[in-house]
Amino acid sequence: MMVPEALALSAVLFCIGVVGVLTRRNAIIIFMCVELMLNAVNLSFVAFSRLYGMTGQVFVVFVMTVAAAEAAVGLAIIISIFRHRQTVDLTNINLLKG
Amino acid sequence: MLLQEAAAAGAHPLAGTAAEWIWLVPILPLIGFLINGLLSLSSVAKLGPKNPAEHHAHHGDHADDHHDAAGHAAHGHGGSHDDHAQPARHRYAAIVSLVGPAVLALSFLLTTTIFIALAGAHAETPFVKRMFSWIATGNMGIDASFQVDQLSMVMAMVITGVGTLIHIFSVGYMQDDPGYPRYFAYLNLFVFFMLVLVLGANYPMLFVGWEGVGLCSYLLIGFWFSEKANADAGKKAFIVNRIGDFGFLVALFLLFANLGTLSFAGVNAGADQLAPGSALVTTICLFMFLGCAGKSAQIPLYIWLPDAMAGPTPVSALIHAATMVTAGVYLIARSAVLFSLSPVASLTVAFVGALTALFAATIGLKQWDIKKVLAYSTVSQLGYMFVGVGVGAYAAGVFHLVTHAFFKALLFLGSGSVIYAMHKAYHHTGNHDDAQDMRNMGGLRKFMPVTFILMWIATLAIAGIPPFAGFFSKDEILGSVFARTHGSTLADATWLGIPGSTMLYAIYVMGLAAALLTAIYMTRMMLYTFHGPNRTGEAERTHLTEAPWVMTAPLAVLGVLSAVGGWLNLPAFFPAGPVQALHHWLEPVTGQAALRVTKGAEAHLEHSTEYVLVGIAVAIAAIGIAFAIARLKPQALVTKSQSPASEGFARVLEEKYFVDEGYDKVVVQPLLGVSRSVLWKGMDAGLIDGLVVNGSAQLARGIGWVGSRMQSGQVGTYAWVLIIGVVAVLGAFSLR
Repeated sequence: MMVPEALALSAVLFCIGVVGVLTRRNAIIIFMCVELMLNAVNLSFVAFSRLYGMTGQVFVVFVMTVAAAEAAVGLAIIISIFRHRQTVDLTNINLLKG
Repeated sequence: MLLQEAAAAGAHPLAGTAAEWIWLVPILPLIGFLINGLLSLSSVAKLGPKNPAEHHAHHGDHADDHHDAAGHAAHGHGGSHDDHAQPARHRYAAIVSLVGPAVLALSFLLTTTIFIALAGAHAETPFVKRMFSWIATGNMGIDASFQVDQLSMVMAMVITGVGTLIHIFSVGYMQDDPGYPRYFAYLNLFVFFMLVLVLGANYPMLFVGWEGVGLCSYLLIGFWFSEKANADAGKKAFIVNRIGDFGFLVALFLLFANLGTLSFAGVNAGADQLAPGSALVTTICLFMFLGCAGKSAQIPLYIWLPDAMAGPTPVSALIHAATMVTAGVYLIARSAVLFSLSPVASLTVAFVGALTALFAATIGLKQWDIKKVLAYSTVSQLGYMFVGVGVGAYAAGVFHLVTHAFFKALLFLGSGSVIYAMHKAYHHTGNHDDAQDMRNMGGLRKFMPVTFILMWIATLAIAGIPPFAGFFSKDEILGSVFARTHGSTLADATWLGIPGSTMLYAIYVMGLAAALLTAIYMTRMMLYTFHGPNRTGEAERTHLTEAPWVMTAPLAVLGVLSAVGGWLNLPAFFPAGPVQALHHWLEPVTGQAALRVTKGAEAHLEHSTEYVLVGIAVAIAAIGIAFAIARLKPQALVTKSQSPASEGFARVLEEKYFVDEGYDKVVVQPLLGVSRSVLWKGMDAGLIDGLVVNGSAQLARGIGWVGSRMQSGQVGTYAWVLIIGVVAVLGAFSLR
């Protein structure tokens, strides 16, 4: 049934995403790492649906929908930041510093 | 519930009679207060033109209306003349003059009706008219209810009767005052609270009246508050009374804690649970007496009463002589059952009363202000009343309260009449001398014959010359003291190690000495005011006149009462007439307590002993008057401005033993110092403002600073914090 293998792959993908978010400074790459984490979760959903029924697969559709919307908004923000500051390096973007 | 009440009330002989309307007695003056108060407020709101231009335009219209120059000129002239000689009356003066005394008169008529009903009913138990449940919480249920019994009706008769006369007098005395409606509003309010005080059927009701009269006293002492001295006198009265009220409240708390009730009926019934002479009942009585000492101006809290003379003279007559200051005597008579259980507290009351009577009388010897003489005389006579109620002769104390209300009100109103005449004479000539100083008076009998005769009646009454009222009441008190030197619980008790009978003999002697001094200082006042040459001044003399009838008529009524008031309670040895009438009248209220003090036997002296005692008392009064007439030379007096300062002991007396200065040094200044350094600088500015208010602001600011340091703006840092948090939470879950 390949469930443990799928879950292991999912965990690996998720950790890669987390490390990417934590270590990279480029907004686009961080953004892609977030997508990676989302898809790792999707993978585990699909894997579990083998055991517990179709609900997991339905959730995957929702997650992808939200991810698409988020991608649209997120990319729009990144583009507008780039237009404003000619960079997407997040270390330089700290307007909310206390 | 209703049926039960109806059944219970139906058993009482007063149910269904005029006594059902007892609530209206205090409400009538309250209505007067509301009307006069509203008139006063509305006239304040319209005082003077708001817009000068508007006023000017109005003035123009006014002139146009007249059209003829002569009329206008005459009007103008009349106006300027008014300004000089006769201040304009208040515009609502007419309606206020009607409402103010009328509500009192109605109240008096109703009280009389109820009094007659009570006399006819021969009620052995008080009739309680319950209005509504006032405080109902836990096991405390206090009703707003009024009590009709022999004691409360005597007090109500005095308050409404003398009050009506003083209100009528005030119409004349205060007629030109700009605050005329305000004055009557306060006076009506005072009578309302005073009636609540004496008619209430439980201690909390009494306390409401007690505080209310204190408030009105404060308002009326400071009635002319634009002079700082008057406002200060009001504050002094209020603050000194707070000390007494503290004692009263503690007594009430102790009563409730131990008896579980505060109604008079409940306390009287429950007092049997208290052991006679126990520390508890003595404590309750002593705290209660502290309240009485404040309200009724006894040592050590008497200092406010002489200063209270800053108020208008009718106020001094009503509040600071006839009614409010006697509330303490009423309270002790009302709590007679408690005091009869504690010989030590009773001896304290009697001794403090005797000491006050003597002490204040000595100060009265050397006062020059006519009202100050009367003020110290009042303090002294109140001391007499406390001697009466202290030795368990509750009826005698109340008797002196009633006769004192008559003759002291007469003396104060008479002095008001004198001051009124003096003030008017000074006003005519623009003289700014002291219109109350006796050195500026003299020989007034030629100018004010009615006041002169009536004041002499009152003087003879207060000095204790038969057959005037004061003789009977004072003699009754002194005789009661003497009768209790043997065979009473007081005589058997010891007071601070001194045998009670010794104390009673001392009190008797002090009472006699005070009586002697009373005769001397009252005669001195009369001599200096009405006899000898006139010292007012040539120009002023022509303007000295008797007061109008609206002022002399109440004086005349009080004069009659002062002359025949003693018939209320003729001494037991009297061959004819209503012997001991008031004594028997009050028996249902205080009889049981009085019998407990005298161990169940009526305190009767042998008639021969009584003749001797009466002889001594009259002789002493006569000696006092004769001594004063022989020694004092009104011819030698000079006006206040030319008088040299007195020296030696006379100065000590004139300066009232420097008690005020002593209190200032010992109490006021240390209190101010502690307030300033500890309470203000330490507590308020240091602890409250510094630590609590500013400290909490500093703390919030510090935490905020730390928080803002953590807010780096670096998304990466936030992500790290988030991940660490997630790992920590997951770790915590998996480790559990």
